[in-house]
Amino acid sequence: MPDALVTLDGVTKTYSGITALDSVSLSIVAGEAVCLAGENGSGKSTLIKILAGVEQPDRGKISFSGQTQGPLNPRISAAAGIKVIFQDFSLFPNLSVAENIAFSAEIGAGARLYRRARIRDLAAHTLQRIGVDIPLDVAVESLSVAHKQLVAICRALATEARLIIMDEPTTALTEREVRVLLGIIRRLKADGVAVLFVSHKLAEVLEVCEHVVVLRNGQKVAEGPATEFDAALLTRHMTGRDVAATPPAPLPANAAVLMTVENLNKEGACADVSFTLHAGEVLGISGLLGSGRTALAKALFGLVAPDRGTITLNGKRIPTGNPLAAAEAGIGYVPEDRLTEGLFLTQSILQNIAIGRLDAHSNAMGVLDLPALMGGARDWLKRLSVKTANPDDPVRSLSGGNQQRVVLARWMARSPRVLVLNGPSVGVDVGSKSEIHGIIADLAAQGLGVILISDDLPEVLATCHRVLVMKSGRITEEFDARAVSETELAHRLAS
Amino acid sequence: MKIDWSRNETLVALVILGFCVAAAVSDPGFLSISTLTDLLRGGIVLGIFAVAALIVLISGGIDVSFTAVAAFTMYVTAMILNAAAPWMPWWAALGFGMGVGACLGAFNGVLIAFFGLPTLIVTLGTMSIFRGTMLTFIGQKQITTLPPGMRDFGRMMLLRGENADGSFYSLHGAFAVTVLVVILTWAILHHTMLGRQIFAIGGSSESARRIGINVRQVQFFVYIYVGALAGLAGIIHASMARVANPFDLVGLELSVIAAVVLGGARLAGGHGTLTGTILGVALIVLVRNSLIVLGIPSTWQSVTIGCLILIGTGLPAWQAKRAAARAA
Repeated sequence: MPDALVTLDGVTKTYSGITALDSVSLSIVAGEAVCLAGENGSGKSTLIKILAGVEQPDRGKISFSGQTQGPLNPRISAAAGIKVIFQDFSLFPNLSVAENIAFSAEIGAGARLYRRARIRDLAAHTLQRIGVDIPLDVAVESLSVAHKQLVAICRALATEARLIIMDEPTTALTEREVRVLLGIIRRLKADGVAVLFVSHKLAEVLEVCEHVVVLRNGQKVAEGPATEFDAALLTRHMTGRDVAATPPAPLPANAAVLMTVENLNKEGACADVSFTLHAGEVLGISGLLGSGRTALAKALFGLVAPDRGTITLNGKRIPTGNPLAAAEAGIGYVPEDRLTEGLFLTQSILQNIAIGRLDAHSNAMGVLDLPALMGGARDWLKRLSVKTANPDDPVRSLSGGNQQRVVLARWMARSPRVLVLNGPSVGVDVGSKSEIHGIIADLAAQGLGVILISDDLPEVLATCHRVLVMKSGRITEEFDARAVSETELAHRLAS
Repeated sequence: MKIDWSRNETLVALVILGFCVAAAVSDPGFLSISTLTDLLRGGIVLGIFAVAALIVLISGGIDVSFTAVAAFTMYVTAMILNAAAPWMPWWAALGFGMGVGACLGAFNGVLIAFFGLPTLIVTLGTMSIFRGTMLTFIGQKQITTLPPGMRDFGRMMLLRGENADGSFYSLHGAFAVTVLVVILTWAILHHTMLGRQIFAIGGSSESARRIGINVRQVQFFVYIYVGALAGLAGIIHASMARVANPFDLVGLELSVIAAVVLGGARLAGGHGTLTGTILGVALIVLVRNSLIVLGIPSTWQSVTIGCLILIGTGLPAWQAKRAAARAA
């Protein structure tokens, strides 16, 4: 048997007393794809950092092609052909595609002069190698997420990559883009390049993997050929418990109509969208990226002003295009990108929740009743079980799942009638995800109407009563969530 | 040739054209060689400053200390050369000034690149330190007798001549220095990996670090280069004015940065062109000179320049926002 490309032997890493990795061993052979699964905080990122030479392990041996390595640094790792594609891709938005692809290769080659023709050649050649066509001269900031990822892969390939580590590769991709990515991975494997997928959402990449390793709390808890794993088993190993995907209890037939949307139209985004939402109902709206699902979500909350159409809540018309009026009427909106749209990251957890209640706790003079305000916020922290040592810590110190709960808590503190959730579990680990689903079910059981916008089909099927399929701005089909399978739904979305 | 209307450069060029037409209509004498040489003369020091500010903006930082560096350099250089090296020829004096400027720039560079402090805070601080040190410990009196090298340089002309009405025009030799600075900077930015790395760290310094760019080294270079350019501009300023006045130059930094931003550089870093910078400088010099020609009091200069900045940078930003809103 040939020497493994990379071998970790008993690698341990502690950060100020907390063990992030506990004697983990792992080996990767050339041309092999390995799945490294684990929830947030399981030690995945630490493992990537150690392989990339960014962090030094406390104990343990690392060898490349059978040769034991001394202390690593990013240059040694890169020279050994280990390339990390970070979740944010680490590209230069202001530079062209060609330059982004060739930059590290040119630096590695010690070039002092900028050789335009050479850079374009290298970039064109690398794009060809993965069989993708992206214009060389456009600025990366104008590309779609999927194309940015491809540019990042090309950049790794342009520098003699032998092992490509992909951190959360599928989080931001639609189903179809994941297919394209998998095709490219197959080509790379045929070229002898090894791939390490690191993610908590791995079911979709299992089919191209040979080997699966699962981490939990810094320890390797399972390992084996990919054929022996399926999504449910992975989840069980990652969380250490069964996370059952139970569809919600059926809606009582006499549930009152809570909200009616009629002919909501926004040129170029959504076309004559009409639907009703019942009290206690979770309504899924699913569509691919670009189907207009986000524009619709924003239009419901008044963030996008529609050209025409009406929204009626409890028999009362709500002025469109006005988020203040929407909030006043009892609509809550949890945005897709909670980091940039939903939270004040550097402010404390309590303040982030309390900010939605400033008006209710201020008197006629505009002076705040701080104890009542913070008391209310504390109450919601507890009810949504946000895990925090200190509610005065900044929100950024929380994990993704807990941040999402803070956003939810802020809206719940305003006691809304309708909640619009846009991709509520993007970037959230499996355990927190099922807890968020539990919260959604609880909210609906209390009589709230929930609109869940997501392209995560298992999530949609596990939480929703009804599913609307959205395509190029229109609602094309409606399903009873209990009567449709995931594959069928995926098919309807893509066709 | 296709004209790209969304670029700042186009907008600035149009405004320049408009100003020229307005000035020419109200004063037919505007279109003359002496107007042109006046404008070019006005752009010499401002041009070097603007190139310096451009490089910092591209790298993702902002430097407000370069005018203080220039004033410090010209004053100290004049003093040292007078006292210790009056024999120094003009080119050596320029080189000496660049050296002093580079040292002051290195001071910024250490604080920014090696201590990782925010660029605005550091340069705000060093601006006061450089200026205060000069005024407190070195001197406040004008130096009216410049060292011979700087005096010679002050008299150097690229061309001179006589207008039809008997007045004289001339183009100062320092203009050639500004042209050289622009060419050198262009070569660095667009034909060396160092230049591309400056763009890269301006685009995303974290990404740059991850692909093995030595971000500290690049930043350090940027601030030394800027210091050297500022020192050069300081010596040129004193030579042309034939006096080293320690109270000169400081206060100009925001107009310079404004000129660069007007030319399309982004305060967020990673974007900026020399063409745009030159146009931005041209517009600001033109506004200063032509408002007088148009008979508008000079106090209106800053109002006009302020409006130009708001319109010139606001319009593209507003367009971008509308485009983004349409795309959502």
